[in-house]
Amino acid sequence: MGTPHAGRRVVRFVAPMLAASLLTLTACGGGGSDATTGGGQSTEKIKLSVGLFGDFGFKPLYEEFKKTHPNVEIEERQAAYADHHTNLAAHLATGAGAADVEAIEVGYISQFTSQPDKFHDLKQYGLDKRQGEYLDWKWQQGVAPDGALIGLGTDVGGLAMCYRTDLFEKAGLPSKRDEVSALWPTWEQYIETGRKFAAKAPKDAKFFDSPGEIFRAIIAQAPVGVYDAQNNIVVATNPDVKKAWDLSVQMIDAGLSAKIGAFTPEWNTGFAKGSFATVICPAWMTAYIQDQAKNAAGKWDIATVPGGAGNSGGSHLTVPKQSKHPKEAAELIEFLTSAQNQAAVFKAIGNFPSIPSLYDQPDIQNFTKDFFNDAPVGKIYSDAAKNLKPQHLGPREGDVRTAVGNGIGRVEQGKQSPDEAWAQVLKDVEGIK
Amino acid sequence: MASPPGGSLRTATPSPGGPPAAQSSPGGPSGTGTPAHPRAASGWRSRLHRLDRQASPYAYVAPFFLLFAAFGVFPLIYTAWVSLHDWNLLSSDNPFIGLDNYKALFADGYFWNAAFNTLSIGVLSAVPQLLLALVLAHLLNRPLRAQTLFRITLLLPNVTSVVAVVVIFSQLFGRDFGLINMVLDWLGFGRINWQAGVATSHVAIAVMIMWRWTGYNALIYLAAMQAVPREIYEAATLDGASSLKQLWGITLPMIRPTVIFTVIVTTIGSMQIIAEPLLFGAQVSNGAAATGGTDRQFQTLALYLYEKGFRSFEFGYASAAAWMMFLLVVVVVAFNYLVVRRMRGGLDV
Repeated sequence: MGTPHAGRRVVRFVAPMLAASLLTLTACGGGGSDATTGGGQSTEKIKLSVGLFGDFGFKPLYEEFKKTHPNVEIEERQAAYADHHTNLAAHLATGAGAADVEAIEVGYISQFTSQPDKFHDLKQYGLDKRQGEYLDWKWQQGVAPDGALIGLGTDVGGLAMCYRTDLFEKAGLPSKRDEVSALWPTWEQYIETGRKFAAKAPKDAKFFDSPGEIFRAIIAQAPVGVYDAQNNIVVATNPDVKKAWDLSVQMIDAGLSAKIGAFTPEWNTGFAKGSFATVICPAWMTAYIQDQAKNAAGKWDIATVPGGAGNSGGSHLTVPKQSKHPKEAAELIEFLTSAQNQAAVFKAIGNFPSIPSLYDQPDIQNFTKDFFNDAPVGKIYSDAAKNLKPQHLGPREGDVRTAVGNGIGRVEQGKQSPDEAWAQVLKDVEGIK
Repeated sequence: MASPPGGSLRTATPSPGGPPAAQSSPGGPSGTGTPAHPRAASGWRSRLHRLDRQASPYAYVAPFFLLFAAFGVFPLIYTAWVSLHDWNLLSSDNPFIGLDNYKALFADGYFWNAAFNTLSIGVLSAVPQLLLALVLAHLLNRPLRAQTLFRITLLLPNVTSVVAVVVIFSQLFGRDFGLINMVLDWLGFGRINWQAGVATSHVAIAVMIMWRWTGYNALIYLAAMQAVPREIYEAATLDGASSLKQLWGITLPMIRPTVIFTVIVTTIGSMQIIAEPLLFGAQVSNGAAATGGTDRQFQTLALYLYEKGFRSFEFGYASAAAWMMFLLVVVVVAFNYLVVRRMRGGLDV
């Protein structure tokens, strides 16, 4: 455009077009948001979304809920574990996109409860009346530092040890669950059993999958884990962490590991193929194994875990602030976490209730699972949950565990000596604020 | 997006005989509401015509620039702004900390480790990839039976999903049951834990990238080669030049602009590799996926950024890393551009 005269005309010409286009853009961005407003009149049609990682066994319960809430429609979204929490964080930060009910796993719960302004305080909807029913430590995990009630617990992950009876028999070890439990009251005895197993077992079967999950379990059994009660990372100073590390290294040195990382494709096939004879088994894991090793039914059984009780995993249900129907969402949470429904979920898929009054009820106590050789899972996980000692989990729990897990991985891959790996773990953990 | 400006443009053009339609159009120049005098119609029309000729090209390209501003420039500037804060995705309090993120980044060995991995994987994948693409295109640039079949075959790896490619290749590179290790074992070389080592994991990832992009580049080269006049080759053949010599002496100089284009695009692409290392890591260890292996042996810059931003939610720090990555891409692309441009040497025809 040559002359300044023409230039001015261009501005006059383009400016309205810019405005028009921007209007179109804003229209695109703003659409849809106004579609569902209004406060919860019981006659109005409402759609509640529920964001979960994996199957929580809720689907049959939604139908029940609709009987008392005929105007509510429920849509469940499932994502993978890490993606689910990453997306939730992004949705909370941008103020849009989160579901009305969002599940949060204990590894992340402290990170989210430290941002209470992003969630509805469930006390406002009267859910604090449920406190007396819950395991106290489970209840506290869902409470923000300022006292707001962020989430209600679904399940707890009391620890047990799953094992392959056929591989144990081939290795000349006892295969009945009580006898197996008697083999390993401590982790040292577990390693000892592993040595005996390795001496006679088939060549392609190792004693356990990889030390990563075992490390987590040993940490979970300690009174203090990677965080102290004041939210300081104590990996370097807590002797229990170093003990868990040393035990993991011993297991690697003894050649007991199949070197198959948890939740990888090879791990999934390992269940069916019998690549490893034992695996750490929180209650929720039973559903996972059953899913992955369908044709290995009756070959897996469940014994007690070495080293005492501990908790690994479990979740809470929350209502993000951006939910437009917090009242109905809170009602749904109350329903899904009720004692009766927690028991139903346990029987359906295996997630173990966080309501202790259920533990001694006969229908839980006598509940068995035929996939696991008719193991009395109700009794096993009740005992595990009753003996649980609460442990404080910090905000960056997951990052700390990844750093330590990578260190164990480096030792296992022979990339570093245990001392070098530990030094690097301490350095990595220092960088986590 | 293109239709509203296009529509208003058309209405802005005066229709013969009738009143100027632009009068009622918000997009037209008279949208300000000034009534047009019938007397001034002819001068008005010629002015409008001139305006149409001079301004409409800008109006036509405006939608792109608007979108680019919204989705390109704005995020770029906003990222720079975020990078000056201690910005946690979950926190509502994000204090301004100036250049502290950049200072921390420069001192962060893992960032430089990721930069090295990115360059290493980039070189390992781009150089053989482009050379191979050139040779493939040269082989196909002659009368062949079933030409279309060959060309489709070339493009096929590119349309497969990256997830599928990485999953399959991770199995091929598997430690215990991988086909590649089985062959190596059979040949007496012993097994390799591809994922564990720095060099081995880089080679494995480079192979995945090459698999997807070699054919694509070959097709681009082939298209450029077909524009080279046949007579030059005929003359060269008469003079006794071999096929390889023709490739080096005629084809390469003639398609140099295309070569520069592919080098730049491939460089930019390889600086942003993320899906391959992330999924490759997830195949063997769930926790080590975002860190690119237990020792970060194959964590690329984009993956480092992902780890900081979307695993640890440190958006300020991740934004600083993003800007450093952007500058690094610019530097590397500029370097490659200069190298390729200098390569003309005595090859000109």
